[in-house]
Amino acid sequence: MERVLMKGNEALAEGAILAGCRGFFGYPITPSSEIAEYMARKMPKIGGVFVQAESELAAINMVYGGASTGARVMTASSSPGLSLKQEGISFISEAELPCLIVNVSRGGPGLGGIQPAQSDYFQATRGGGHGDYHTIVLAPSGSQEMMDFAMEAFELADKYRIPVMIMAEGTLGNIMEPILMREPVTKFSEKPWATTGCRGRKPNIVNTLHLGNEELESRNHQLFNKYQIIKENEKRADAFLVEDAEIVVVAFGIMSRIVKKAVIEARKKGVKAGLVRPVTLWPFPDEHIRTAAKNARLFLSVEISMGQMIQDIQLALAGRVPVEFYGRIGFTPNPEEILQEIMRLAEREGL
Amino acid sequence: MKKVFQKPESLTDAKNHYCPGCSHGLIHRLIAECMDEMNIREKTIGICPVGCSVLAYDYFNCDMLEAAHGRAPAIATAIKRLLPDRFLFTYQGDGDLASIGMAEIVHASARGEKITVIFVNNTLYGMTGGQMAPTTLLGQVTTTSPYGRKAENEGYPMKMAELLSSNEGSAYICRTAVNNPANINRTKRAIKKAFQVQEKGLGFSMVEILSACPTNWGLNPLDAMKWIEDNMVPYYPLGEFKVKEEQ
Repeated sequence: MERVLMKGNEALAEGAILAGCRGFFGYPITPSSEIAEYMARKMPKIGGVFVQAESELAAINMVYGGASTGARVMTASSSPGLSLKQEGISFISEAELPCLIVNVSRGGPGLGGIQPAQSDYFQATRGGGHGDYHTIVLAPSGSQEMMDFAMEAFELADKYRIPVMIMAEGTLGNIMEPILMREPVTKFSEKPWATTGCRGRKPNIVNTLHLGNEELESRNHQLFNKYQIIKENEKRADAFLVEDAEIVVVAFGIMSRIVKKAVIEARKKGVKAGLVRPVTLWPFPDEHIRTAAKNARLFLSVEISMGQMIQDIQLALAGRVPVEFYGRIGFTPNPEEILQEIMRLAEREGL
Repeated sequence: MKKVFQKPESLTDAKNHYCPGCSHGLIHRLIAECMDEMNIREKTIGICPVGCSVLAYDYFNCDMLEAAHGRAPAIATAIKRLLPDRFLFTYQGDGDLASIGMAEIVHASARGEKITVIFVNNTLYGMTGGQMAPTTLLGQVTTTSPYGRKAENEGYPMKMAELLSSNEGSAYICRTAVNNPANINRTKRAIKKAFQVQEKGLGFSMVEILSACPTNWGLNPLDAMKWIEDNMVPYYPLGEFKVKEEQ
């Protein structure tokens, strides 16, 4: 296949189209707008639907409607927009409608800024809206993965009837990297539950209301049984030099690529550092963390936030190994400052 | 024996939960009769709101969705765009459509979405116990306007049919009432016309229906019908506000 130079946001949009996405519903917001712009250009040419919604609320509810037809549909936004979408994501999760939701994330709280950030980690991994639910969250680290994860997201969404979120820092949306184009998906699963008109069958209902006590509880159990299966099957992480690592750094997304450089430099200085990069933020790859803890004296969570993923690392380690934190917001930590932090901790621990 | 009256096929056998004298059951039936007569049940997808008619998905015998509060027009938009040969209707109350869902309804109309909106206006939030809605009349007492709605405090009741008729994308906008047999017949004709406008692809269609809520108005069903005539119709005039003809 040919190698092409693509902006991350456009690679993601093209990946979605290759995966058979034929409905995009969105609202402009920096730094995600190139996804909507790409879809606005492409959808009319491939028989797809593009609607610029009047609001993020309308956009996510269009996704609710679009997904209910069985079509592969998506929306993309950035952090403040994701806050507005939470109502719809809760409904979509309960109605078990497969779709892709993209957060090309930026700093907050409030309007924050347009600098890349990872401070929507809690919102993404804890459900985000009202009620008990989860979405699968994938964190790409480069343009190729923007494309590949978009394609994979639709497969996971259909497989489990669940909204899948891609959380990519603003950096990933806007950098250009050469990528290998993929083949379009041609096999799609049947969706007998879709509301397409009841010709030749009983009416289908897409609903999230459960007024009876038992009914409500049993619905929540059904969802959580599904989440359990996802936890068993879909946790993913990359490990780098963790076998003998005494300091294990954990970072996701673009941050993981920057940390990798610092880990290599630390090794050159004789510090046994390693890296775990969660690929799925939910389900969180806790077993990968525990495996990497074999020789670890301490963990270091590096995030573009005030410290959110660190809680999942602590939960995974259950107090066995101390977890330190290094993060910035407004800036993306560079390899030098991470190396400095690794060396400072190594010295403190006598490593 | 000749059968002269029967339940429409487009309604299920489920027993509805509506209060005595409530207009929802009647309006459901009118929609269902239109679906039967146009033979579109199997290609109709309905979207119900949050409010008293939240359970309408149990009563219509076609594919149905339950929407978040006010969002039905956005949901209908996406379905219609992806499945252009299906019939889409939303069924919305006045709190759902004219308050929390104001953006969705105005923009669905402005875009000329080829969907039909059934807008049930009973001047208040019914399911939550009779609170003030954007459509509550001046002077009307509700649980959140206990001294009567005052223009200086709560502003003026919103006229949705008039408002939406100013959008170029609106192809058919009509206001009817269900307070007497003649008006009920007119309502059915309006619903059918709205579906026909959708079938022809002319644009957005809405029928606003003035309806009774005896429970929250504190009236018996008969007096509630009279209340529509005496209080609602003078402020919310009946008739067609927009009729776009075929080019």
